[in-house]
Amino acid sequence: NPTWLRPTKHLLDFRVCQTRQRSQGCKIACTVIRHRWMKRAPVFCTHNTTNKMISTQADKENIDMSKFPVERIRNFSIIAHIDHGKSTLADRLLELTGAIATTDKNKQVLDKLQVERERGITVKAQTASLFYKYQGQTYLLNLIDTPGHVDFSYEVSRSISACQGVLLIVDANQGIQAQTVANFYLAFEAQLTIIPVINKIDLKNADPERVEKQIEKVFDIPTEECIRISAKLGTNVEQVLQEVVKRLPPPTFKKEDPFKALVFDSNFDHYRGVVANIALFGGYLSKGDRIISAYLGKSYEVNELGLLRPDEHPTDRLYAGQVGYVIAGMKEVKEAQIGDTLYHQKHLVEAFPGFKPAKAMVFAGMYPMDQSDYSALRSAVEKLTLNDSSVTVQRDSSLALGAGWRLGFLGLLHMEVFNQRLEQEYNASVIVTAPTVPYKAILSSAKLIKEHGKEEITIVNPAQFPDRSVVKEYLEPMVMGTIITPDDYIGKIMSICLNRRAVQKNMVYIDDHRVMMKYLFPLNEIVVDFYDLLKSMSSGYASFDYEDAGYQAAHVIKMDILLNGKPVEELTTIVHKDRAYSAGKAMCERLQDAIPRQMFEIAVQAAIGSKVIARETIKAYKKNVLAKCYGGDITRKMKLLKKQAEGKKKMRYVGTVQVPKDAFINVLKRKDK
Amino acid sequence: RCSYCNNKCSYCNFNKYIPRSDNQDVMLECLQRETETLLKLSQVSRITSVFFGGGTPSLARPSTIAAVLQTVTRHAGLSEEAEVTLEVNPTPVGSSKLEDFLHAGVNRFSIGVQVRLRVLGRDHNSQHALQTVAEARRLCPGRVSVDVMFGRPGQSVASWELELDELLSVCDDHVSLYQLTLERGTQLFRQVQKGQLSVPSDDITAVMYDSARRILQKRGYLQYEVSNFARNGAISQHNMSYWKASQYLGVGPGAHGRFVPRGEGDVCREARTQTLEPDVWLREVQQRSHGTRRRIPLTHLGLLEEVLVMGLRLIDGITHQHWQLFSPRADLYQILSSSSEVQDLQQTGLLILDDRGLRCSWQGLALLDSMLPTLLLLLEAYITQGLDNNSDSLQL
Repeated sequence: NPTWLRPTKHLLDFRVCQTRQRSQGCKIACTVIRHRWMKRAPVFCTHNTTNKMISTQADKENIDMSKFPVERIRNFSIIAHIDHGKSTLADRLLELTGAIATTDKNKQVLDKLQVERERGITVKAQTASLFYKYQGQTYLLNLIDTPGHVDFSYEVSRSISACQGVLLIVDANQGIQAQTVANFYLAFEAQLTIIPVINKIDLKNADPERVEKQIEKVFDIPTEECIRISAKLGTNVEQVLQEVVKRLPPPTFKKEDPFKALVFDSNFDHYRGVVANIALFGGYLSKGDRIISAYLGKSYEVNELGLLRPDEHPTDRLYAGQVGYVIAGMKEVKEAQIGDTLYHQKHLVEAFPGFKPAKAMVFAGMYPMDQSDYSALRSAVEKLTLNDSSVTVQRDSSLALGAGWRLGFLGLLHMEVFNQRLEQEYNASVIVTAPTVPYKAILSSAKLIKEHGKEEITIVNPAQFPDRSVVKEYLEPMVMGTIITPDDYIGKIMSICLNRRAVQKNMVYIDDHRVMMKYLFPLNEIVVDFYDLLKSMSSGYASFDYEDAGYQAAHVIKMDILLNGKPVEELTTIVHKDRAYSAGKAMCERLQDAIPRQMFEIAVQAAIGSKVIARETIKAYKKNVLAKCYGGDITRKMKLLKKQAEGKKKMRYVGTVQVPKDAFINVLKRKDK
Repeated sequence: RCSYCNNKCSYCNFNKYIPRSDNQDVMLECLQRETETLLKLSQVSRITSVFFGGGTPSLARPSTIAAVLQTVTRHAGLSEEAEVTLEVNPTPVGSSKLEDFLHAGVNRFSIGVQVRLRVLGRDHNSQHALQTVAEARRLCPGRVSVDVMFGRPGQSVASWELELDELLSVCDDHVSLYQLTLERGTQLFRQVQKGQLSVPSDDITAVMYDSARRILQKRGYLQYEVSNFARNGAISQHNMSYWKASQYLGVGPGAHGRFVPRGEGDVCREARTQTLEPDVWLREVQQRSHGTRRRIPLTHLGLLEEVLVMGLRLIDGITHQHWQLFSPRADLYQILSSSSEVQDLQQTGLLILDDRGLRCSWQGLALLDSMLPTLLLLLEAYITQGLDNNSDSLQL
């Protein structure tokens, strides 16, 4: 039975429940700035009493940001496979530098969303500016937290581009995982300095030596460069801060240049509008400046700017090499697209190259469980997309499911997270259809090309699938998948990959018995149940990640589902020719179970064009009449019939076949386990 | 109509009233009293049939039956030809009393017979059943009805056909054909749920029903309703009145009635239910002369719905004249004939709408419950849209 992938379930079974121990011998002197968040904090304790004094003074002071020239600035990110301890390390760094109080409650402070804390993942990147005193000098360390999954790799890459270095965290027990590799390459390609950090050395099964060897083998980083820590216990975390200062290069930007900043994240605040997180690549920015966003060309006045510690701390200015936030009367997140460039009205600069709007890789229909909830759900979807501009929203309607939307997501985890936020934060109950991927078609018909204004079109909704006769070729989206697994499972994994039309590109041993395999997959083959299958056949040991690998020509076809010869519009799907039979068969079987018997026989068929490829039959009722009905039975009988008549009003008719709406829901929605 | 039973059958979820000797007099008094009250309330002038049923009224004393009939005669006319049926369970005790019931005024017997009944927990065997049928036929020739049941656990189509054939050789002129239904809360339901017993599947019972209809027809029993068959015109007048949506009074614990309480000045027909628990019912009748627990006025639409649902159970269906009695303005053609669904049903030969009226075909009758929702929706749409303009309709 196809089950649809719920990656996070497996990736994220780690729950944060560490008991905190104060790290002994805390000798750091740090400048602490008291801010809103800390006023709320019940306990503020540190071993160093002078810290407290500084903090009270600093609270009233405005920080003069010009005191931090680029030489004393380090911008870095932490990247890791899920659950390798990124957020816990971030907590420790914040505590060590006094940005937050040391309490047991600091569990993944930067993970603000409920879903992030629950699942132990980071969805939305957060940023914190830390003040760290090293060898008599106070440094400004900007920790730019990144989303923890390559679904968000676009965001990761934007965050990374604001940095000069990264901490690459690897679990001392699990070693390098698929996502470690993906994240490493993002940093490596951005030519950042990489500091490998081996976390969780306190675990019983920790084997830091093996992991160091893996890092050397896979990433070509000498073993001696690895820092062994336990973020949970605070072991060697101080050393991490020191190495950040020592090893990472300072930014090379000049405050004398014209102002130029990269938007690497944005949030929406109901009262103040968009809060954009920016990294200054040149010049400086002051309150009251008029700035322009390169993408939309719109002009804004800076109302407020400052540091994120991790809460907002207003300052008068920000200088080249620094990182902070800006509020400038932007009304929608779309006005502060991640990757966009901001510049001074008077000094036009060249925009950053990497800018591109987020690209949806996975689509799913989303409908309210009850149509009367439509407007409530619409408002919830709108609110969520205000904070997540990478979700594309298209109104859609289905005869079976009513009015709803076709939403596009960066990937499966992104979709899962979005749905969960919708349910948890907005208490919305939704029907989510099985995910689909966007296909492309190169048109051959001159008429159609003229109509579309281009030769290549993207097909999101199967209803718009152009006929073979007007198409030169169809393209399907591909991904490069990385699988890391103990070698015991190689055979099984290779066979499922083969079944999924994947092509092996590479296979290397990363240590004595772990293998890293690269496969080129059609995205469609992994959107439903691939991850579950991989996990279950490897007893949970294999990890999987993927990155966009463009489009490839494919023999895809449109498959219709027919009830007594009449097509059911909402069940039309695009499938690969080789998968049509099994997909059609599965769909027919699910429908056969979901449609009740009727007075006539119902043929449930899957068809490619006029050719039927699979069929199930729902046999006709031969008898449906109450055996006896006398005086005492009438009331009950009438009640039952009236109920059936009411139910009939809610039926969808395909020809003369009555289909209960939940039958479509059962067929269309992704399968829960 | 009142309920008596001295045993609980495993398939029965009826209201059970196990009589004790010490309250028979109270029971009689209350039955008479409620009969009187309801007759007055309805202001009916003539009673055409009486049915003593529900459980095993043959456990009552013949004198009780006689007294109730006297009450009816006293407060409304009870015609000479009136059909007076008594439901009988084929026990040795029951058959010995039949003659006394005959003298009490009963002129028709309805007997629940089953052979090979061990699994159903009934307290009589086929021998007693056959004796009871024979005795009833001797007393009321041509006026004995026998119940036969199919779809029992372990039954096959072949064994059913054999059984029916055997039964028909002893039957009189009327047969009621029932399918065993699993009712929640019965012992049989639990046994089937637990997998201790299995009943034939829907497809099998459909074949059983079909073969029974054919066998009965071959033996001269004409089907006149979904589950009723008669030879020599011996149809049940009393049950006919349910399917023709006539008025009827329900007397006794849990009894149902449908009539216009003209005694209260009403013109609207009501669906009435008497209190179910016998002890409570007795008390209520003693206190206020009736045990009516629920009164639901039937709307014009509600009444037409019952006329439609009940009438289509008859082989002759609903004639235009009959429909017109209840719906003088909106005829069946107006309500149904423009619907494509009805046209489909007609084309597939399941439903017939012609100059005679509306009725099911032979196959259609077996699928009636699948067709009714469609017809009810059309009726509702027609009436609620005011297409019949029938505010002053005649309500019976």
